[in-house]
Amino acid sequence: MTTKYFIEKKSKLIFRIIKDKVFAAFLLLLAVIAVIPLFFILYYLAKQGIASINIEFFLQLPRPVGETGGGISNALIGTFLLILFSVLFSFPIGVLTGVYLSENREGKISSAAKLSIDILQGIPSIVIGIIAYIWLVKPFGRFSGFSGSFALALLMIPIIAKSTEETLKMIPYSLKEASYALGIPYYRTILKVILPTGTSGILTGLLLGIARVAGETATLLFTAFGNPFMNLNIFKPVNSIPLMIFNYATSPYPEWHKLAWGASFVLVIFILTLNLVSKWILKKFQIKF
Amino acid sequence: MRSEKAFRNILKISAVITTLLVILIFITLVLHSVPAIKKTGLSFILNKTWDPVQDEFGALPFIIGTLLTSVIALVICIPFSISISLILGEYFKSGIISGVIKGLVELLAGIPSIVYGFWGLFVLVPVIRNIQSEMDVIPYGVGILTSSLILAVMILPYSASIGCEVIRMVPGDLKEAASSLGANKFEVITNIVIPYSKSGIIAGIFLALGRALGETMAVTMVIGNSNFIPKNIFSPGNTMASVIANEFTEATGAVYLSALVEIGLVLFIITAIINYFGKKVIQHFEIKK
Amino acid sequence: MDFEKISDKVLIVEDFSASYGSKEVLSNINAYFLRNKVTAIMGPSGCGKTTLIRCINRLHELTEDTKVKGDIYLDYQNVFYMNPMILRRKIGMVFQRPNPFPTMSIYENVLAGYRLNGIKLTRREKEEIVENSLLKAGLWEEVKDCLHKKGNFLSGGQQQRLCIARALAVEPEILLLDEPTSALDPKASAKIEELIGELKETVTIIMVTHNIAQAARISDYTAFIYLGELIEFGLSEKLFTTPEDKRTEEYLTGKFG
Repeated sequence: MTTKYFIEKKSKLIFRIIKDKVFAAFLLLLAVIAVIPLFFILYYLAKQGIASINIEFFLQLPRPVGETGGGISNALIGTFLLILFSVLFSFPIGVLTGVYLSENREGKISSAAKLSIDILQGIPSIVIGIIAYIWLVKPFGRFSGFSGSFALALLMIPIIAKSTEETLKMIPYSLKEASYALGIPYYRTILKVILPTGTSGILTGLLLGIARVAGETATLLFTAFGNPFMNLNIFKPVNSIPLMIFNYATSPYPEWHKLAWGASFVLVIFILTLNLVSKWILKKFQIKF
Repeated sequence: MRSEKAFRNILKISAVITTLLVILIFITLVLHSVPAIKKTGLSFILNKTWDPVQDEFGALPFIIGTLLTSVIALVICIPFSISISLILGEYFKSGIISGVIKGLVELLAGIPSIVYGFWGLFVLVPVIRNIQSEMDVIPYGVGILTSSLILAVMILPYSASIGCEVIRMVPGDLKEAASSLGANKFEVITNIVIPYSKSGIIAGIFLALGRALGETMAVTMVIGNSNFIPKNIFSPGNTMASVIANEFTEATGAVYLSALVEIGLVLFIITAIINYFGKKVIQHFEIKK
Repeated sequence: MDFEKISDKVLIVEDFSASYGSKEVLSNINAYFLRNKVTAIMGPSGCGKTTLIRCINRLHELTEDTKVKGDIYLDYQNVFYMNPMILRRKIGMVFQRPNPFPTMSIYENVLAGYRLNGIKLTRREKEEIVENSLLKAGLWEEVKDCLHKKGNFLSGGQQQRLCIARALAVEPEILLLDEPTSALDPKASAKIEELIGELKETVTIIMVTHNIAQAARISDYTAFIYLGELIEFGLSEKLFTTPEDKRTEEYLTGKFG
């Protein structure tokens, strides 16, 4: 059979092959360029950060301007407190909402909750800060770690709810049926069969949520506010690592910049570790169906 | 039976609380914007003078600042994010190269905003300042372009992961059909993959825009905080989010605070709309598959 | 079977093996396909029959972690030394699930092979190709008034015939059909089978099927593959009536598969 229309010169074919290869190389080049800033940032963090880290750095309070040394112990404790309370707020409601969504895939409440989660996740954190200020700072007349934790919780709820929903959705219906067949009631089936099966996924969601809020600054500017002293009272202003970085980085004092670099390094390492651990949990403990 | 019912109710209540939270956030923002809306009306978004001392609140400089930084960031980001999406979605779906690129992109996503801002202030700003002196423009260092560059790096992981997800949803048999007609990878991508996933890629770009619009800390630190409409991309400016971050705790007077809340309300509405439609398009893709 | 002329062997498979990862799915296949005949490749699902035709147009290698050993010759040219772009244009393929390009109209779908290969055509040439290909695929009468609509309103059978037209438009020497009727209702299947009978006038057809009756109805030659091995290959009339291998007989009589 002779080809009537399909005529292609050899040179054109070679051109097509070259175009294909050049395109692939171009994409790879752009992808490589895109991650170069990462190396710059990590390099700087490591160089400046490690230099300012020592035992003192973790154990002492910041010193007044002019004195060298000092540490970030108040910010470390503050971040810990803020995260602890935000988890207490967000974890129960996030998980329960997630369970509700995975159990009720249709219906008005479900679609409203789903939409709300999407919107909540998209709200800029600074706006969440305004809300926590109006709800929990203004009425009490003072900034507090409590209001900061609440604001962080608002950021975590969608992450926890979503990962719970998605994890539980993966669990086959037959597992539930098997439980019903044994005469186990609905709530016990959820609590004793479904949730334990999804533990790794839910835990991953929690860790990712913590990683998300650990570096959060904007929400805390007018809620937790920051505090140069050690404070364990959650109803008073509390310092946090990101707040401290912001205040010190924008100050004119090189000594404080040094502390801020060290704090940035610690913060990034903490967040990356959380990400890695959550990945490891997902890989290691996920039950395959 | 009673615990059964109680359990179901707890689930339902959690979902309702999540929904109510978002509704309450919206209502709170509206209520607290009322004083500013009453005083300024439509001129809020048209007036280019923001002068709290004279009780004049025009948010136009911030709206323009936000649009400029976000759109420029998006333009810078798009070629890189599409390249990464194609590399991960088409060329290297698994294996070492895919793992490395994916891991690096996830690292970029893990670095908190405050650290980007800190790095930008101490590393990027001096570089831009040098370039500006070379070009004979006023060497601010900080400004719209600097913010856009930082933003571009920050939204890259987000837009790339959506892009990759969308591209992987293109049915394999369509690509194979194109290959079986003699098309090479480049031709398959431009003729089949891109047209098929176009709406999803655009949705991803819009979701990334939503992120950029609300991004606060990094921008606040490198934009220069000037309340005038930027003259060019090297000028300092302010975005809606950064002006809130800068002035909220210092805002004295009911109208001043209310005006800042109103900016938050505008941000909330814009990001809610973007997220709603963006996620809708992406969901549509998942169903189609 | 040495009564066939040498020149009629349009495709020869020689000592051919293929694998996914470490799993060998085809081992040591030797076969040939004759010009303008319909050859059916049948066997139980998972036996490697689809892999065989995906190796013929080298689609197999597009999947990650796949390997092949041995040779396949198209017109006495080793396909593994040919540029896959040229090879694949000479060998058309129709897939299990009808897959017209959803972003293109019916008209554009038929011309997709030209567009994908960057071949410029005049308007008259385009119209001629579209009409001829759709005529050959028996779809012209049904779609000639809505050529510029997207193909998604067509029935499954019509979509599959559109895919056949798309493959025929670039005038391939061989048409590979991968269980083309498995996603279709009996009526639409009958129409495709009828079409295959007409098409062999102009093109060599290699069809994968797990439907024994279908293989018997429309093929001139049949190959039976079982667990990655070519068990028996010959004239359909003979293979279906007096199979040589016991396994073929068992498969035909429904003992397994």
